[in-house]
Amino acid sequence: MTLTEFLQHMANGVSLGSLYALIAIGYTMVYGILRLINFAHGDIFMIAAYVAFFGIGIFSLPWWVSFILAVVITAFIGALIERAGYRPLRNSPRISVLISAIGISFLLENLGLVLFGGRPKAFYRPPVFAQVFLVKGVAVQVLTIYIPLVTIVLLACLLYLVHKTKTGMAMRACSRDFETARLMAINVDRIVSVTFVVGSALAAVGGIMWSLKFPQIHPLMGIFPGLKCFIAAVLGGIGNITGAVIGGFILGILEIMLVAFFPALSGYRDAFAFVILILILLFRPTGILGETMAEKV
Amino acid sequence: MYRKVVALLAIIALFAGIVAGCGGSGTSDEVAKEPDVVRIGVFEPMTGLSAAGGQMTVEGIKLANKLYPEVLGKKVQLFIVDNKSDKAEAKNAVTRLIERDKVVAIIGSYGSSLSMAAGDTVKKARVPAVGCSPTNPLVTLNNDYYFRVCFIDPFQGTVMAKYAYNDLNARTAAIIRNVSQDYSVGLCKYFEDAFKKLTGDPNCIVATLDYQDGTQDFTAQLTTVQQKEPDVIFAPGNYGDVALLIKQARELGLKQPFLGGDTLEAPEFIQVGGQAVEGVVFSTHYSKDAPVTEMSKKFVEAYTQEYHKEPNAFAALGFDAYLVILDAIKRAGSIDSEKIRDALAETKDFEGATGIITFDENGDANKSAVILVVKNGEFKYLTTVNP
Repeated sequence: MTLTEFLQHMANGVSLGSLYALIAIGYTMVYGILRLINFAHGDIFMIAAYVAFFGIGIFSLPWWVSFILAVVITAFIGALIERAGYRPLRNSPRISVLISAIGISFLLENLGLVLFGGRPKAFYRPPVFAQVFLVKGVAVQVLTIYIPLVTIVLLACLLYLVHKTKTGMAMRACSRDFETARLMAINVDRIVSVTFVVGSALAAVGGIMWSLKFPQIHPLMGIFPGLKCFIAAVLGGIGNITGAVIGGFILGILEIMLVAFFPALSGYRDAFAFVILILILLFRPTGILGETMAEKV
Repeated sequence: MYRKVVALLAIIALFAGIVAGCGGSGTSDEVAKEPDVVRIGVFEPMTGLSAAGGQMTVEGIKLANKLYPEVLGKKVQLFIVDNKSDKAEAKNAVTRLIERDKVVAIIGSYGSSLSMAAGDTVKKARVPAVGCSPTNPLVTLNNDYYFRVCFIDPFQGTVMAKYAYNDLNARTAAIIRNVSQDYSVGLCKYFEDAFKKLTGDPNCIVATLDYQDGTQDFTAQLTTVQQKEPDVIFAPGNYGDVALLIKQARELGLKQPFLGGDTLEAPEFIQVGGQAVEGVVFSTHYSKDAPVTEMSKKFVEAYTQEYHKEPNAFAALGFDAYLVILDAIKRAGSIDSEKIRDALAETKDFEGATGIITFDENGDANKSAVILVVKNGEFKYLTTVNP
């Protein structure tokens, strides 16, 4: 393998990994606070892609307006889902909420099939994001730079929100114990709503970035990214936001490198991701950054 | 109280979603057990990764049903079930058609894996099935109840290998295949065999890379292929996936021509691929620019009038599959599944929209292939290749 080829693989890996990281932070944040694996995360991601698609395609909005609108609308839908699907189960066993999350995931997928149709649609990619430039023989998409940038910026904002603000402090309190948080005069319902709004907005940004990179959207598009980002979140230590970013990058780079070094195994790329999940759960269930329990959101 | 109402609404919405999602054949109960109806089942991917293929096929079947709504003085009723581009669902769909809807014959499905998943079920139930576009040889092999109105992959693979060798002067090739699809894996194998025979070089395939259903990122595979510098890349698979694959290839700087198979013929291939898929060449079953029979002209006219768009090979094959079954029922003079099967097996020189259909001992149609190229955002007819 030449150095150029290796660097090209590295660029591909960072590009894919940053996408995983971006989606995984929303996943992990919701888990960190509610101890709920939000199976609908991938489907909220799909909704965002469609809202952006319709904004550009039907209402002829400029792409950036459409993207912002998609994030806002998706955040609102996230709050609605929480209100209808999770809040009534606040005092039920955790398994009920989990089942409710699976139900909402199916609901969104089937609703998507009915409303948007089963055939894939081509997502508009603004020329700004379509450029490719060559660095010493390595082809780099501008998205390969933008996506990690967006991921890092959002990570910083999220860390600030969780660790430096009053809402963040309330979030961390809720993640420990709802009852005690309530006794401390924290409005638990409001904090959980905020968590979902932020989580859904993050899913929306992820969905838009994903669609820019892979400009083919369909109602079931969220399932696989959802699973992959779940693996990334577990890899980094579920509940840990920085861990999710690290997990995302590692998963993306490992997947690409598997194909790069063992081309004959390229068909097992997805299986490989799940093998990583099993190994992590067997040997280090807390994930890479999972040790410092106090760090959990 | 308020909470309960919200929860209730959510549950109702959930059920509405599921029911609507599975809909499409809700008419079955209304006409159950009506003796003067010929019940024909259709299982096609209306949703999922192959949705475009299934929907195009169903358009053709519905059109044929509209033009020829009766046989033996009885009304033909279609029962259309979505197999969701999923092998397990395909088996369920066929079981449902046979046991619940009591169909006498079945049409479907786009996608060889989906058809193969249903093979055992139709064989055991002794209900004949006619595939529209599953091209893998195994679909009909050792199954007396499965027929198809299209050519098979040993032929299609040879056609594309010859095109690469003769027209593109290619001496080396790389293969990128979807290992979740029997179609893609089978077609690649036949392409490889034919290309090796043509070049006389056992090492002419310089790289074989795999991916699975659901893969969106092909950069690792493509970077590996790029280093091997093949003359041509053969990548048969789903229209949307291959469009993304070629787009990423161009972004990585791969200049090689791409070749594919019949599944690339979908408007989505061009919509998703855009500028990147210009010049992609693939084989398919039929082109409106090369009508072969009187029926071809009739089909193009009726299709354009009904749907106000250009017809495609899958609609034409769906159209033919319906007509072949109707013809068999007519010759059998009965709507008994066994008799329809026997009549189907004797189908000879039937004039369909995609060509003359004669079933061989396996139940396959021996037909010519057309080669199309993407030019200026449209599929353009290049040539016809006879077996």
